[in-house]
Amino acid sequence: MGLALERLIMCASVKYGSRGPALIPRMKTKYRIYYITLFSVVLLGLIATGMFQFWPHSIESSAEWSLDRRSVHDAPLVRIPMSSPIPERGDLSCRMHTCFDVYRCGYNPKNKIKVYIYPLQRFVDEVGVPISSTGLSREYNDLLSAISDSDFYTDDVSRACLFIPSIDVLNQNSLRIRETAQALAMLPRWDKGMNHLLFNMLPGGPPDYNTALDVPRDRALLAGGGFSTWTYRQGYDVSIPVYSPLSVEVDLPERQPGPRRYFILSSQTAIHREYRVELERLKEENGEALLLLDKCSNLSQGLASVRKRCYKGQVYDYPQILQESSFCVVLRGARLGQATLSDVLQAGCVPVIMADSYILPFSEVLDWKRASVVIPEEKLPEMYTILKSIPHRQVEEMQRQARWFWEAYFSSMKAIGMTTLQIINDRIYPYAALTYEEWNNPPVVKWTSVNSPLFLPLIPPRSPGFTAVVLTYDRIESLFRVITEISKVPSLAKLLVVWNNQNKSPPEESLWPKVAVPLKVLRTKENKLSNRFFPFDEIETEAVLAIDDDIIMLTSDELQFGYEVWREFPDRLVGYPGRLHLWDHEMGKWKYESEWTNEVSMVLTGAAFYHKYFNYLYTYKMPGDIKNWVDAHMNCEDIAMNFLVANITGKAPIKVTPRKKFKCPECTAIDGLSLDQTHMVERSECINKFASVFATMPLKVVEHRADPVLYKDDFPEKLKSFPNIGSL
Amino acid sequence: MQARKKYVLLGLCMCCWLLLYYWGGLQERLLGLITHKRGEVARPWPSWLDRDLLPGYADQAELQNDGGSGDSPRQRRQSWAGIYKDSRCRMDTCFDFARCQGQSGFRVYIYPPEKGERVSESYHKILTSVVESRYYTSDPREACLFVLGIDTLDRDQLSTQFVPNVDERIRGYPLWNDGRNHVIFNLYSGTWPNYTEDLGFNVGQAILAKASLNTEHFRPGFDISIPLFSKEHPQKGGERGWLVRNTVPPRRKYLLMFKGKRYLTGIGSDTRNALHHIHNGKDIVSLTTCRHGKDWEKHKDTRCDHDNQEYERFDYQELLHNSTFCLVPRGRRLGSFRFLESLQAACIPVLLSNGWELPFSDVIQWNQAVIEGDERLLLQVPSTVRAVGIDRVLALRQRTQMLWEAYFSSVDKIVLTTLEIIKDRVYSHISRNKFMWNALPGGLLVLPEYSTHLAHYPFYYLNLGISPGQEFTAVIHATSPLVSQSQPIMKLLQVVSKSKYCSQIIILWNSEKPPPHRSKWPPMPVPLIITDGRRKVSIQTSSRFLPHAAIETEAVLSLDEDTVLLTSEIDFAFHVWRSFPERIVGYPPRSHFWDPVKKAWGYTSKWTNEYSIVLTGAAFYHRYYHHLFSHYLPSSLRVLVDRTSNCEDILMNFLVSSVTNLPPIKVAQRKQYKEMPTLQGTKTAPWVNPEHFTQRQECVSTFASWFGYMPLVHSQFRLDPVLFKDHVSVLRKRYKDLERV
Repeated sequence: MGLALERLIMCASVKYGSRGPALIPRMKTKYRIYYITLFSVVLLGLIATGMFQFWPHSIESSAEWSLDRRSVHDAPLVRIPMSSPIPERGDLSCRMHTCFDVYRCGYNPKNKIKVYIYPLQRFVDEVGVPISSTGLSREYNDLLSAISDSDFYTDDVSRACLFIPSIDVLNQNSLRIRETAQALAMLPRWDKGMNHLLFNMLPGGPPDYNTALDVPRDRALLAGGGFSTWTYRQGYDVSIPVYSPLSVEVDLPERQPGPRRYFILSSQTAIHREYRVELERLKEENGEALLLLDKCSNLSQGLASVRKRCYKGQVYDYPQILQESSFCVVLRGARLGQATLSDVLQAGCVPVIMADSYILPFSEVLDWKRASVVIPEEKLPEMYTILKSIPHRQVEEMQRQARWFWEAYFSSMKAIGMTTLQIINDRIYPYAALTYEEWNNPPVVKWTSVNSPLFLPLIPPRSPGFTAVVLTYDRIESLFRVITEISKVPSLAKLLVVWNNQNKSPPEESLWPKVAVPLKVLRTKENKLSNRFFPFDEIETEAVLAIDDDIIMLTSDELQFGYEVWREFPDRLVGYPGRLHLWDHEMGKWKYESEWTNEVSMVLTGAAFYHKYFNYLYTYKMPGDIKNWVDAHMNCEDIAMNFLVANITGKAPIKVTPRKKFKCPECTAIDGLSLDQTHMVERSECINKFASVFATMPLKVVEHRADPVLYKDDFPEKLKSFPNIGSL
Repeated sequence: MQARKKYVLLGLCMCCWLLLYYWGGLQERLLGLITHKRGEVARPWPSWLDRDLLPGYADQAELQNDGGSGDSPRQRRQSWAGIYKDSRCRMDTCFDFARCQGQSGFRVYIYPPEKGERVSESYHKILTSVVESRYYTSDPREACLFVLGIDTLDRDQLSTQFVPNVDERIRGYPLWNDGRNHVIFNLYSGTWPNYTEDLGFNVGQAILAKASLNTEHFRPGFDISIPLFSKEHPQKGGERGWLVRNTVPPRRKYLLMFKGKRYLTGIGSDTRNALHHIHNGKDIVSLTTCRHGKDWEKHKDTRCDHDNQEYERFDYQELLHNSTFCLVPRGRRLGSFRFLESLQAACIPVLLSNGWELPFSDVIQWNQAVIEGDERLLLQVPSTVRAVGIDRVLALRQRTQMLWEAYFSSVDKIVLTTLEIIKDRVYSHISRNKFMWNALPGGLLVLPEYSTHLAHYPFYYLNLGISPGQEFTAVIHATSPLVSQSQPIMKLLQVVSKSKYCSQIIILWNSEKPPPHRSKWPPMPVPLIITDGRRKVSIQTSSRFLPHAAIETEAVLSLDEDTVLLTSEIDFAFHVWRSFPERIVGYPPRSHFWDPVKKAWGYTSKWTNEYSIVLTGAAFYHRYYHHLFSHYLPSSLRVLVDRTSNCEDILMNFLVSSVTNLPPIKVAQRKQYKEMPTLQGTKTAPWVNPEHFTQRQECVSTFASWFGYMPLVHSQFRLDPVLFKDHVSVLRKRYKDLERV
């Protein structure tokens, strides 16, 4: 093709050339040599850059071309010289700060490490025998594909923080140890194993079965299945599960909670005789509650035998039978890590792990006490009593937790690989690490559980007082009355007037009522209801009193009392008029209720105390399009705030003081709209809209309100702190 | 001319060829993009043609057989004990669990002090904490854990506190047993210039509870890292954290601060010498001084004078209060006082101490409370902390306070945490999980013997996304014999059993007379259980808070036999309790106050505008508090309660408030919950007795001194039904009966 192309070009140039003289101006001879030299230099330069730019690239891209059509056997063959250096054995004192080069990871706004995978090579020794009997295994291939598909991956070796060799060391039994080590050392970026990560699931070999990979590996990190506390370098290595390929073959749907046929089940086939005797004894004592399964002796060997278990001639399907038991025994064998653990978790059976010194998979982040029972091997005879002492509800929760661990962290090589990388990522960027809840809470709990951002039980001091934020449009007379009233409240620290009218300027300074606290008018750019919840820098106190410009009926005592109550509930909305949401069975949707009810689930922000933090949440973290909806409809900003606070704290608002005659309570939201049917319909619509955005109904219904301790008590009024409460 | 033409022609040819070549390359790339899915072009790990033919990493039979069953477990255990000793100690190999399996459970013994033994102030506090803890025993035979009487806190040979000849002395102890089941406390190890981990004696198989532990020397799951604390650290109670409010935005005046020594030579000088680089004099203040030690001027460098001057300009306390983050770099040793100081000050610690095993790292999730920096990346610290968002700062800051108050604010807490961690290891199947350790109110207030199930505790409902149960158990404390069917207790039984939320009633019979026969009690719609408390030697007032196994519901309604309540009052209070399951919710309020004349705490039953106690004669609370009352509080306090037959309700309020840091909740209007004593009454109620009242005054003081602070908190509101005394038709009101009280 190249040749043909060239000929074509030649033709074109010849044609072009024939008209050449007309195009190229004549030149003075003395410039000619200069011109030609310059031209050829430029030309050569161009060619050189072209070669440089495209030559290697085109090789690579053409290789990429055919990658999909390549077999693992096409991978380049690398011969390991006999004398090739062997890395040192892993250093047991290695830690992230001694054996890991953090400079490679650097500061990175996403707080994500970059992982490079070496291209596949087939290593053979000098006589051509491969270093591994299996070569690349299906599992390792899955793992590497998953990593290369993930955000962690980089193909730029110079930007990589972590390197993953493509040499498969998952199973030590298939490896030639010395040659594998040499192969590792031959990797171009090996550099004493710095920042290299090896995955191994079956370490050690007969007879003593070491608990960590025997391949010398310098400072490389090891993600190993079956670490013991003596080989595991805490904070450096990662303990991973032993993947069970059965999970691909068998689909076990999650079992719903409920009674199970057996209490304890033992399904392992390679249990030491001493332990089997102990288990038999337990079975004798407790009978039917225990099921001890073993290999089927009469079945023909082969694939079938791994999927069957027998007890006294009766054949059971494995792993399905695991779902029939509350607890499943996972005893150590020659190795500490057992693939059974994965099967057991998949079946949602609570593993009873008896493997002294075993570092449980991902124990750095997973709380195994919530999904398993770890019993010292010595206490095997007491297993039954120990398990019986666990409350039933807890067992069900552990079953759910076990299943969740499997789904999230055990179910595939991808899950295992991603979890490992995330753990290392958490170490390198500890300030961006996932939390305990993120690691351990199953989705159903994550969904319903609440971690309030203001979780510390604090009763803030009274002294900083509160900032009143008055939202106004143009009702100046009423606004001035409100300001005068509020200014009488002892704890008022500052008054902010949010002037929401762009067409009219606020009155001159001299016309405003004289108040003892600073008063500031903030003019807004648009007439939006959301403006009242903006976290203005002028708000210097924690407590904010949101108040409408027509709430003149609240007494100073009532406001001060509201503030005192807010101090005891700084994470809630504390307000005066209360409202309720109801489920309308006929319509099958939520309904807004402003009648005089016995319950409260919202307080109107026409007069409510709340923490300034919620202003920040409302403005920047409001889910979905709620903010726009509110501004477009000019309504329901208070309902939105109630949803937001209830959703993030899981708590109900507090209504304070008895019901007042708010002249027209529902008018407080918007100008001129009377308490009529349309308004109620619109408010109901808001509730339904917000509930669908939050995908839940976060509002909590309560039957109480807060009153002063001595409210309505037969006690001298002048001795009461808040005598003027509830006057109409 | 011909030649020029030729050249030009050639040049043009080349140009065209190059252009085509470039264009061709581009086309090839475009083609690649079109024909392939985007992701796969960039994807370097190929999907092999024969990927489905690849062999599994292990045969399934191989996985299930797992190389046979291994060696004999018994033999293995024996050989381990021989191999894994000293620096490779683990609980499995170096701890004698059998010692802890006795009747007495987890008990700690302290070697008696030898004559003339000088013990430092800090070690004295540690020993006091152990003695006063509920695990102390004076009998070495029943002990599970041993604590040395020799002061091992300061093992710096240059220190005045250094105790010589420890090695010979401990070897002389008959119980030493190569340190098995011993715990050795240490704050300072090694000496100038290297400050190694060396203690100057062989700890053998003893558990080290040591400050500034290095991860390399730390025996995981065995040693315990404790914080470095000063000798002024309080014995008990302890100061609360300095965070009183969550201001938003949470940034303080300074972003990051450090003020401390700069070592000119020796270990730790690398880090400290570099700290001045991040100082910008504006929001990052990093001040170092050379002026420390005797001969600093000898090593003085060019920076020293300028630094020393700058150093004097800022006050450490002021910086601590006004900084969002505080640098906690290593000193000579890995840990420093600075760590606890910034934790208390809610100044988020930024650690620069590579290899430091953080205090109680077994159980505390430090990455939720501190920023773990890397000494090697000092210059990245400013940008790292700048990038921490508002929400994260708020969360980190609150968590520093939670951890400070739960585990560090007093020597008692530090020692108790150490003991509890060991206890959790010994009884691993009844131990706290990580969640319990890291959620409010902290692991020390969670007793796993009660339950290991999170939903059984009053604190975790919100975290678990569940709400408390719909039923309660009424526990009635009866002290007077049953003589007539019109006695208050009969009426009370009727009232309580009418509540639709009541699932059972338990009567604690604490009268001298035997409990009446079943038939004497009225028929009940709910099960009635009568527990005879007389079997004990004397009538025990505290027995009303025994963790009765019969209580099946989370909510307990505690009642006195002469309590007067209405069914709707009970129902309403129960509703309120379900919103506040961690608090006491009830009727009769009382208050404590500080008497400046007597310089003591006082107790009042007068009607006041605030209250801090809700009497348990008519109150709801979570049944876990029964367990906490009986097992967490020291027996001395319970003895006091039993001896005086008084104050048990005050003690319960102290306990709950110390757990929640919040006041109890008073519901509705009722203040008097007992009928006024009538003259013809055969026996006057104890609470009208003036002596009874003085006792209660004393109780408040005694309890406050045991807790080390005053846990009670005042509240100014009570909770009424929403329409309480509103001008609405009575028919609309759910709790109309409450208005008539």
